[in-house]
Amino acid sequence: MSGEVVGVWIGAILTLGIFSFLYKDNPFYKFSEALFVGVSAGYWFVVTFWQYFLPKLIDNLVLAYTLLTVEGKIDYHWVYVLGGGLGVLMLLRLLPSVGWLSRWSLAFIVGTTAGLQFTRYLESNGIIQVKGTILPLIVGGNLNTTIGNIVIVVGTFCGLIYFFFSKEHKGAFGGAARVGVWFLMITFGALFGYTVMSRMSLLIGRMDFLFSNWLGLIG
Amino acid sequence: MNQENRQEEKSFWEKLLAIDRRIIFLFIVVAVALPLFFKVSMRIPVTPVAQGTYEAIESLQPGSKVLASFDYDPGSMPELQPMAEAFFRHCFRNDLKVIIMGLWPQGPLQANIALEEVFQDKDVKAKNLQYGIDYVNLGFTAGNEVVIDRMGHSFEESYPKDGYGTPIGEIPLMRGVRNYDNVDLIFSLSAGYPGTQEWVQYGVDVFHVKLAAGNTAVQAPGMYPYVQTGQLSGVLGGMKGGAEYETLLGIPGRAVRYMFSQAVAHAVICLFIIIGNLAFFASKKRKRS
Amino acid sequence: MRREVPLVLTAVVGLTMIISHFIPPLNILKDLFEDWFFIIAAFAIYLGVLNLLRVNADKIYKKQADAPFGLVVIFGFLVITIPGLFFSGGRSFSDPGTPFYYLYIHVYYPLSATMFALLAFFVASASYRAFRARSVEATMLLVAAFILMLGRVPIGDWITAWLPQGYRLGEWADWIMDFPQTAGQKAIMIGIALGVVSSALRVILGLERAYMGGE
Repeated sequence: MSGEVVGVWIGAILTLGIFSFLYKDNPFYKFSEALFVGVSAGYWFVVTFWQYFLPKLIDNLVLAYTLLTVEGKIDYHWVYVLGGGLGVLMLLRLLPSVGWLSRWSLAFIVGTTAGLQFTRYLESNGIIQVKGTILPLIVGGNLNTTIGNIVIVVGTFCGLIYFFFSKEHKGAFGGAARVGVWFLMITFGALFGYTVMSRMSLLIGRMDFLFSNWLGLIG
Repeated sequence: MNQENRQEEKSFWEKLLAIDRRIIFLFIVVAVALPLFFKVSMRIPVTPVAQGTYEAIESLQPGSKVLASFDYDPGSMPELQPMAEAFFRHCFRNDLKVIIMGLWPQGPLQANIALEEVFQDKDVKAKNLQYGIDYVNLGFTAGNEVVIDRMGHSFEESYPKDGYGTPIGEIPLMRGVRNYDNVDLIFSLSAGYPGTQEWVQYGVDVFHVKLAAGNTAVQAPGMYPYVQTGQLSGVLGGMKGGAEYETLLGIPGRAVRYMFSQAVAHAVICLFIIIGNLAFFASKKRKRS
Repeated sequence: MRREVPLVLTAVVGLTMIISHFIPPLNILKDLFEDWFFIIAAFAIYLGVLNLLRVNADKIYKKQADAPFGLVVIFGFLVITIPGLFFSGGRSFSDPGTPFYYLYIHVYYPLSATMFALLAFFVASASYRAFRARSVEATMLLVAAFILMLGRVPIGDWITAWLPQGYRLGEWADWIMDFPQTAGQKAIMIGIALGVVSSALRVILGLERAYMGGE
């Protein structure tokens, strides 16, 4: 029996193990679930080692060490010791007595993310989107574009009004907020439809695997 | 007599509402699995956003470089893998050079799986494509959007070596590719974070690259504002997007084949919603009277 | 020290990332901070893995009811880690043909994909039991979902083939996606952008400290 055939059988058994949950919770499902957790953790462990540690930390420190021992130069790559140190502090979270030190690493991560996202969300999702909403409401000779532009401007404006909770939604403001809710409901309906499409696609993939790759019933 | 009938009617609707969910699961299994046995080909209408993605790649000159970011895992394979295969077929047919990278660890692996499939095509085999000359896989680099930001200045800083450990300076395809100025298009295949949104935020709006995308169906609706503003050339949405791409290429594949299953499954879900609502309103009316 | 150092660190790093957009020479510091970000993120992954192993080892040691499954978790971890680290050719560990690749294709992928595929069943069950047209808004949501679900598959055009071109279900779905759905998404997107900007400022200025946890 070739490795590929054994592999397909392993895949099929594990697939059926997960699907068995649909009947009811059972040890077969629990085994598959636990195996998934362990294998996922192992997968990330291996990938992180070869893709993070070696190129980002070890290679840089080895370079700095080599330059020091061979050429006697103190290279700027030694600064990666600090980065490695911050990383080790993160691991200290496992020890309750010194776990508070991991806050330094967390603070670094949070600060970097906040700083990066500040400008990017402001520009890409804020300013450019607002600019894209400034559209002519009457496009001469093109009814479709006129209607489309009106829908986009009114929908975006009213949707934003709905999200403004500092003012009570009554009167004209409340009316606009209600229109905003309608647009949001259409958006969520579309999202639901696409979510169904996405989930069904995943199921189709597994069914195809079981009936085609495993059982060979589909050509 | 009428009261007895109404009692029967009531219990029918209430029984319907209280149906064991395993019966619903069984219907779903049949709705999804049975159509797979029938080779029904359906006409796939193409949406403007999918056309936008196709045109973005089709308009490139032979020899142009496309940076393909594979940002998904096996969980999204049924939706994105057909797109990936169609993308490679499109690029190789038009003699485009492909630089593969990933912001998700599994992404470059998925690219290799897609390449394995595509390399079995007679047309692609005939081109005798060489790794390092016609395509390269830079592998995965951790850092999410930071990677996109850094690559804008220098690819080598984020990817000093490719996925096989070769310094990128030694790879013929990467010579002269310093940053985004040296690629003609970025194609993002994305299932979540980091993905297309980050490519728009850090790639398009900072470095003014041209971007086209293929997303899972869950993510695709959120990309429409980017298409409307021109930040994104087009987006393929889910398995339907993959089927549209295959249709545009004239190479129907897995996505087109799966659309019959998808159609039946959707119809069954719609039926469930209708029956559920009918049962709900009927039993509500019954309780009121 | 416990709270002051992290607050100062967040402020310095966050401000550096923002100001470097306006003062390009600061990009050297920005690049360095981004590199350290990679390294710390890696250790964060290891923290999660180590914690998982510790929790499951604890289960086995204390002979808890689900201890056998704790053993399975650790077994699964070792089954992929040992070949991945020692027997898969080093940096080309994920190449087709390696033991790691074999395990990825035949163990990790079926498990991961099937876990997600389960959602299809639950979405169907939830749609049947909970998706009700109780109000005008819910009905709008329902109608939009119907049009999208049927319009995005060929069955939609087949059902409405008797209508003239431009008025079929597929075209309605296209129009909904291009216009009202895009408008709603833009409103959400702009709202989120404003939220992210204000949260980022609060974090950088030390007004938001929830990320540090208690004590």
